[in-house]
Amino acid sequence: MSETPIADGTTQRPERPERLSRRPRRLGRYVLPTYSWLVIAYLVFPIAVMVAYSFNRVTFGLQLVSFAWNGFTLQWYRQWSNVPGLTSAFWLTVRLALVSTIISTILGTLLAIALVRYRRRKFRGKGTIEQILFLNIAAPEIVIGASLLGLFVTFNLARGFLTLVLAHVAFSIAYVTVTVRARLAGFDRSLEEAAYDLGANPLSTFRRVTLPLIMPGVLAGALMALALSIDDFVTSNFVSGSSVPFPVWVYGASRVGTPPQVFVFGTVIFMVGIAFALLSLGISRKKS
Amino acid sequence: MTRGTVNAPRQSETPEEARTTSGAKATVRLEHVTKVFDDASAVDDLNLDVMEGEFFSLLGPSGCGKTTTLRMIAGLEDPSSGRIMLGGRDVTYMAPYHRDVNTVFQSYALFPHLDVYENIAFGLRRKKVDKAEVRRRVGRILEIVDLPDFERRRVNQLSGGQQQRIALARALVNEPTLLLLDEPMSALDAKLRHQMQIELKSIQSRVGITFLYVTHDQEEAMTMSDRLVVMRHGKIEGIGTPRDVYDNPTTEFVAKFLGASNLLAGVVAGRHDDVTTVTLDDGASLSVPTSRLPAGVTSTTVKVGVRPEKISIASSEKTSTPSRNTLRGRVRVSTFTGVGNQYLVEMPSGADITVYAQNIGEELAPRSGDEVLLSWPVEHTFAVRPTADLVEAEESEL
Repeated sequence: MSETPIADGTTQRPERPERLSRRPRRLGRYVLPTYSWLVIAYLVFPIAVMVAYSFNRVTFGLQLVSFAWNGFTLQWYRQWSNVPGLTSAFWLTVRLALVSTIISTILGTLLAIALVRYRRRKFRGKGTIEQILFLNIAAPEIVIGASLLGLFVTFNLARGFLTLVLAHVAFSIAYVTVTVRARLAGFDRSLEEAAYDLGANPLSTFRRVTLPLIMPGVLAGALMALALSIDDFVTSNFVSGSSVPFPVWVYGASRVGTPPQVFVFGTVIFMVGIAFALLSLGISRKKS
Repeated sequence: MTRGTVNAPRQSETPEEARTTSGAKATVRLEHVTKVFDDASAVDDLNLDVMEGEFFSLLGPSGCGKTTTLRMIAGLEDPSSGRIMLGGRDVTYMAPYHRDVNTVFQSYALFPHLDVYENIAFGLRRKKVDKAEVRRRVGRILEIVDLPDFERRRVNQLSGGQQQRIALARALVNEPTLLLLDEPMSALDAKLRHQMQIELKSIQSRVGITFLYVTHDQEEAMTMSDRLVVMRHGKIEGIGTPRDVYDNPTTEFVAKFLGASNLLAGVVAGRHDDVTTVTLDDGASLSVPTSRLPAGVTSTTVKVGVRPEKISIASSEKTSTPSRNTLRGRVRVSTFTGVGNQYLVEMPSGADITVYAQNIGEELAPRSGDEVLLSWPVEHTFAVRPTADLVEAEESEL
């Protein structure tokens, strides 16, 4: 701020214009935040209902969900394993998610590295592979599920855990690849050259330099694969056979009546998801 | 200037000759090394010896092939043809992680997920050096680069200058046969760069490792190097000690790239054992020591050169002396720069000659419009082959 000389020889800061401090707060600045909170409410409301009803008392008849509030109870958390089919379906889903996530993360990460590393000239069919990845993401799941069932029947492959893993890996790889590739796009190749230069062979370079640096992308891809696998219904319904994962079981049960334990499992899965999200947020905050 | 100083083989000599004349061992030898990218050659039949313990620079404008040469020595690029010897061993197609060479990258390429200590220890750990020894050597090298107590810092918390020292430490700690430096100063500001040049040179003499330094900055190369080559279009244009190459450039390109030069086109008029006479386009005649004519000049057209600081400027009444070359002209621009005066003197032909005169308070500085006599000793005159394809883009870069 410039200083204005006053007649008596002293200097004085010019007055800050009144208008600035008295300007009315404009309503415009509330529009976007309000809008955002409304959208969030829209997203969270169904989850809140599920969480709330996992604590709802059932007062009469069969132990099924009713949507009248009968009072708070922890009964369903205490009796979480009382519905036999549900518990085994839940554990099947957990095992399935872990196995398919590990496999699809490894395959998808390597694919992403290959796609980023090699120029079109050295990698024939690179463009085709990229198109197929896109198709894999864009294709309706009902098509994939139906065609996988056809394939498994043709090859006379018994429907069960194996076919579920094959199906889940198949639809997760593309998501992992896309996520890891985004991370690799900004990767400084000279870091790998520096590792070679310092005596690290390609394997050691990958383990000590490349992998740690793309790890955030790999973990994000893995989380995506995990989430996709846990709640997949359409494909699983086609290829599950006698091994029924959690979503398929819930769908079947909802036609006769949903036991409240379903909400308990749903709440637990949601909480684990939140824990993962907070953890990754914490890690990225600590790094920056 | 002597032509064949011990460590300064001329361009025309083959590596074998260099070896026999020098007696010192070559750390790196390039034999007919060529690198072709997409049908354009980046490095074209390069022959070069870098001697043990030398600070050697590859100097040239961008795209001259200096970085490609360095990358081939590091093993990060395969030559299209030719041979690379490192300490007497053929390493042409050896993987980079098997070569006893370390590099300071232009971007430093420090590992962002590791702290300073782990960055420096990276190479030693790959060689399975035992823990106590790693600790000792990392500590010592941090002392040398003057960053003790930085071991546990994250590399992205360091300033540009500090990162550069860590990159240097990470390479030096392995005590390689040869250290390659790829424009390591380009990201530093001018003041820091100056300071690091002096420091780098002193570190080099302390550790005694051969340095091969790539730069486009001629001042940097001259300040630090024992010897340097000037490269252009993948070929060597000049090689020798900085003084040798500066005082006795062999091509027009070198004369312009390394410092400032006044170059005047002319025709060889008379050739004698010690002095050759060249007649300029405007009729004036200059003497050039015959030994300083570029080797193999058969054509009669040459460019006669003299460095601006070698020229004395005097009022035109003075008479010329026979041991000096003289030219008459008129001062067009006179600029006071503090340490001296810079003049642009217009020749009768219309060409300008640049003159630097030091501010030692001796004589009255001529003013623009004054008729002056320029003179300089014959031995400070050189002649170069005109570089025919010196395109304008390059000119502006010089």
